[in-house]
Amino acid sequence: MASFRPLTDAYGLPIGKGRAPGEGGRAGPLGLPWQLELIGLPLILLLLIPLVALLARTPLALLSTYLTDARTLAAIRLSLLTSLAGTAAVVVLGTPLAYGLVRRRTRLNRALEVLLDLPIVLPPAVAGLALLMAFGRRGLFGAALADLGLQLPFTPLAVVLAQVFVGAPYFIKTAGVALGAVTVDLEQAAALDGASTSNILRHVTLPLAVRGLLSGAALCWARALGEFGATILFAGNLPGRTQTMPLAVYLGFESDLALAQTLSVILLGVSVLILVVVRLLAGSPNGAE
Amino acid sequence: MTRGAVGLFAAALALGLSSCAGGGSAGAPAAPTSLLVFAASSLTDAFDALSAEFEAAYPGVDVVPNYGASPTLRTQILEGAQADVFASANREEVQVLADGGLVDEGSTRTFARNRLVVVLPTDNPAGLTSLRDLARPGVRLIVADPAVPAGRYTLRALESLAGDTAWGPAFRDAVLANVVSQEETVRAVLAKVELGEADAGFVYLSDASRAAHLLRLDLPPASNPLAEYPIAVLLQSPHTTLARAFVDFALSDAGQRILESHGFLPAPD
Repeated sequence: MASFRPLTDAYGLPIGKGRAPGEGGRAGPLGLPWQLELIGLPLILLLLIPLVALLARTPLALLSTYLTDARTLAAIRLSLLTSLAGTAAVVVLGTPLAYGLVRRRTRLNRALEVLLDLPIVLPPAVAGLALLMAFGRRGLFGAALADLGLQLPFTPLAVVLAQVFVGAPYFIKTAGVALGAVTVDLEQAAALDGASTSNILRHVTLPLAVRGLLSGAALCWARALGEFGATILFAGNLPGRTQTMPLAVYLGFESDLALAQTLSVILLGVSVLILVVVRLLAGSPNGAE
Repeated sequence: MTRGAVGLFAAALALGLSSCAGGGSAGAPAAPTSLLVFAASSLTDAFDALSAEFEAAYPGVDVVPNYGASPTLRTQILEGAQADVFASANREEVQVLADGGLVDEGSTRTFARNRLVVVLPTDNPAGLTSLRDLARPGVRLIVADPAVPAGRYTLRALESLAGDTAWGPAFRDAVLANVVSQEETVRAVLAKVELGEADAGFVYLSDASRAAHLLRLDLPPASNPLAEYPIAVLLQSPHTTLARAFVDFALSDAGQRILESHGFLPAPD
């Protein structure tokens, strides 16, 4: 006799006709009415209305005109290259770090967590100024860098550094949660079965955490893509070399509103895409997609 | 006793209401009038001083400045921002507003002028001794973005030099090739020169005057564009009389003296 497993919602309760709590438009086991969400309507409207207005006031014809503009393309290309390079660096360097932070609960590691969270709360302009104070020509390491023949400000590398500075915390936090969710028991069980450390990491830990790692990488990328304050202070603004999309939007706003609108719509589209991807990757608590 | 108290209360109420309705003419102090002044960022210090003087001369008036890049302010006004006075670093922005019928053209005046100068960090890391050295390969030059007036004046200056046989287009091209950053405001250019990040920067004379310790390279007068700062009363203003008074103050001897002390050139006679 064929039977289908009933579909369940996030609370593990059956969806569809039924009398269980959480049914028929009621939220959660307490059975609160859906109207509860209406309390947040002002928030929803505050987020929704400006985005709708941006889309409504940007004629689509403009998009095709500006998408072929050299400066727009240069900004898009630079933004993509720097943000992806930066995110790759964060993932490579940050994954082992995140793993160490969740597995070894030492005081030093706890202090490191505070440090790594700092860029999230720090105003980006402060980050930019700090980077300049450290790596600028008269910065702490300015002389050392000059001796090595390296110049950081006004280079695409500076853009990457600024983006890494602001984006890294987003990956490390999310990666930490994902890696921490792989309970020690699982790793120990694999070890008992005779797996080597690298095998455990490759076949147990990472596969189980990969969704969280990917969504953390996506968040880091999104943050890096949108970075403005630190970039303009540390890397400067030169079309083709250091002018990222947010910079082009801001300056375009001053000379050419249509250009700014076009870039804004593109950035909005990319942001939505990233978030959708993150949601798909992260899945829902019970694994139901 | 109660009737007396009621009578006293009624009298006080009547006095209060009448002073509100009379708008201060009854002698009781009215709420401070806010005068919203949108001004180009290069006017920041000068207008802070000007506003303080104006507020001293007109008690009860609170000048609320909004400093920013002139095109940004223009766009804000076009998009409906509340403002009474607009002081721009170039004529184009005011012209756009005038074309849109937003400006009282009768009272619009040029109230200050400015010119460009090249500033260098005090330790002169690139060892620049004359304007020609700006063409030397490897010099880190910072200018304002062409989106803002200072950037456009800079390009105009370089174009003018390109047309001058003593300098030629090669000079302009070499200088432009040395640009490492186009800053969003001319003040950011000044800041980066002060920080020593740049070898040289194109700023206004008024900006250089607040950083007197920086070294300067002068531009040939014939190629140094004259930046004209118009000041305009916006027709949307609920205080056009007061706004015109502010414009008059900027043009008065006292106002001109304040502007000159901040490095601006006086208004044309």
